[in-house]
Amino acid sequence: MSAVPVSVPLPNDRALRRDALHERLGLIGLVMPAFGLVLVTMLLPVGWLFYLSVLSDSGSFSLEHYRRMWEQPSYARTFITTFQVSLITTALCVLLGYPLAYFLSELPKRVANLCMIAVLLPLWTSLLVRTYAWLVLLQRRGLINTWGMQLGWWDEPLPLVHNLTGTVIGTLHVMLPFLVLPVYAAMRAIDRDCIKAAANLGASPTRAFWLVFVPLSLPGLSSGVLIVFILCLGFYVTPAVLGGGKVIMVSSRIANDIELFFNWGAASALGVVLLVLTGALILGASRLAKVDAFGSREAP
Amino acid sequence: MRHAALPITIRQLTKRYGKAHALDHIDLDIRSGEFLTLLGPSGSGKTTLLTVLAGFTRPDGGSVRFGDTEVITTPPHKRDVGMVFQNYALFPHMTVAGNVAFPLKLRGVARDEIARRVEQALETVRLGGYGPRGVHQLSGGQRQRVALARAIVFEPRILLMDEPLSALDKQLREHMQIELRQLHDQLGMTTVYVTHDQREALTMSDRIAVISGGRIMQLDAPRAIYERPANRFVAEFIGESAFVPVTVGGGSVVCGGRALRMAAPPPAAGSRWLMLRPELLQLVRADARSDLNLLDATLVAVVYQGDSALVQARLADGTLVGVRSGVDIGHLQRGDAVTLGLDPRHTCLLPDEAAAA
Repeated sequence: MSAVPVSVPLPNDRALRRDALHERLGLIGLVMPAFGLVLVTMLLPVGWLFYLSVLSDSGSFSLEHYRRMWEQPSYARTFITTFQVSLITTALCVLLGYPLAYFLSELPKRVANLCMIAVLLPLWTSLLVRTYAWLVLLQRRGLINTWGMQLGWWDEPLPLVHNLTGTVIGTLHVMLPFLVLPVYAAMRAIDRDCIKAAANLGASPTRAFWLVFVPLSLPGLSSGVLIVFILCLGFYVTPAVLGGGKVIMVSSRIANDIELFFNWGAASALGVVLLVLTGALILGASRLAKVDAFGSREAP
Repeated sequence: MRHAALPITIRQLTKRYGKAHALDHIDLDIRSGEFLTLLGPSGSGKTTLLTVLAGFTRPDGGSVRFGDTEVITTPPHKRDVGMVFQNYALFPHMTVAGNVAFPLKLRGVARDEIARRVEQALETVRLGGYGPRGVHQLSGGQRQRVALARAIVFEPRILLMDEPLSALDKQLREHMQIELRQLHDQLGMTTVYVTHDQREALTMSDRIAVISGGRIMQLDAPRAIYERPANRFVAEFIGESAFVPVTVGGGSVVCGGRALRMAAPPPAAGSRWLMLRPELLQLVRADARSDLNLLDATLVAVVYQGDSALVQARLADGTLVGVRSGVDIGHLQRGDAVTLGLDPRHTCLLPDEAAAA
């Protein structure tokens, strides 16, 4: 290949460069609305939140809200409860949702789409209606306890609501679709010939499932777990109703601070700490997941 | 490394989808160590037959034996046959070495033995040193080789291949055809190969089973299939050909009023098709050697194709035939009367199924 002398400009070089610039500006223009929205609804409020959290009641700079959180054990309990509910709910979501998604992904597509409607139906119903429905079912003289005792399965009403159990049951019901959807999508995308290949190479159905199917579904599972876990951390309505004031999650506490004590600073500090803890947890988890699930995998 | 081979015996194998027969009472004996190709158009049942052999499709009835063992109800993971899938079906979450090691790990082979055999298999497909790479980093041809290495590393005695070259470009495909055949000769396992590409089948196979409508139309060596097709379907599917009706009666074969000379004794009386392949016909002068069968035709077009020219001519009865010829025929023009010569040894008659039915 002969080198083109540097001094000779190529034909149309400036016009082509201008063209490239226009293209890039066009792309930036396309993301501007979304960026503006994120700025107004996300970055500014979070910044404002952070600003409020470091103001004392008198309006001067102070870390009193953070100090109080550190000193009062009730705050630590709130955070522990929040993560406990979120972890248990997420784990149960995986236990219930993964087999369900697997079942759906093995069905013919038309049937699976119909079943998917059933999975999504809860999302179309009001959250409050669903939550109070659980209250009706789970309370001391609710449907479940009445039937259970009439059938002689247990003698005393089981404490199913206004505690951790009730909170987890209700939250689980709300969260399940958020896990099933991404897992199902990932499973549908798995090349079924890979499973056949595993069988052909000597893998029993069980081993083909664990050695090939599960690893290939992990990207969907990890996004589902992440979505459910994050939604749980900030969940308010269902824990507030089904926890009956006994299961206090960060969101309830924030609501209390604002509605009862008009203490925006304390509420903001809670929000900031939850944000930081969640961020740290997800960062740590994604590091671990990378080593575990994709350690041997090269970037596609 | 040379593997032991097993013969495959198929009897009365039948599979229906609704009313259509994917496999219609197939009887087939695949010899130990042979390279047999199942050739047919899409929907002919060739892939169904292969997936029955692999254990992925449950037939309605029949028998499949590997050696002396009936395997018709054996699940796929216990059949111990290698298979190369059309889209390779490599595991995307494993490296090249991980893919090839997979069948060995399942068989509980020792660690260092696995490493040795994986490298050996990769070298056999000329991918030595590619072990640590990810599947995503490979080209189509390389993936094809990894799939092959994975299918042979556990030394199966039967190897199945489902259109393994169809995703490759023409040049690579032709190269891989030769290479796959060499590999077969080197390893020696019984190989069943599915393709719809007749040239691929002719290039690679010891024998070809031409399949249509779930039945075997003809089972023979490539040359026999090409030169002496059993019926019109086989003749049309393999190679280009035109057909002219002829009548057989009283020990002579008559085509368009002229008697044809045959190398073989003429078959029983009735109507037949005369097969005319472009490369077996030649342009001759009307007063040429009399040991050829001659056909009168009118020239329609001459298509220059580099190494040869394809002459299209219309016979007296209107049939359009192609004739492969040298390129020095510039003097011929559309509408010229030409005479086509056909060697009696290449004069091949096919049964007229419509008349027989």
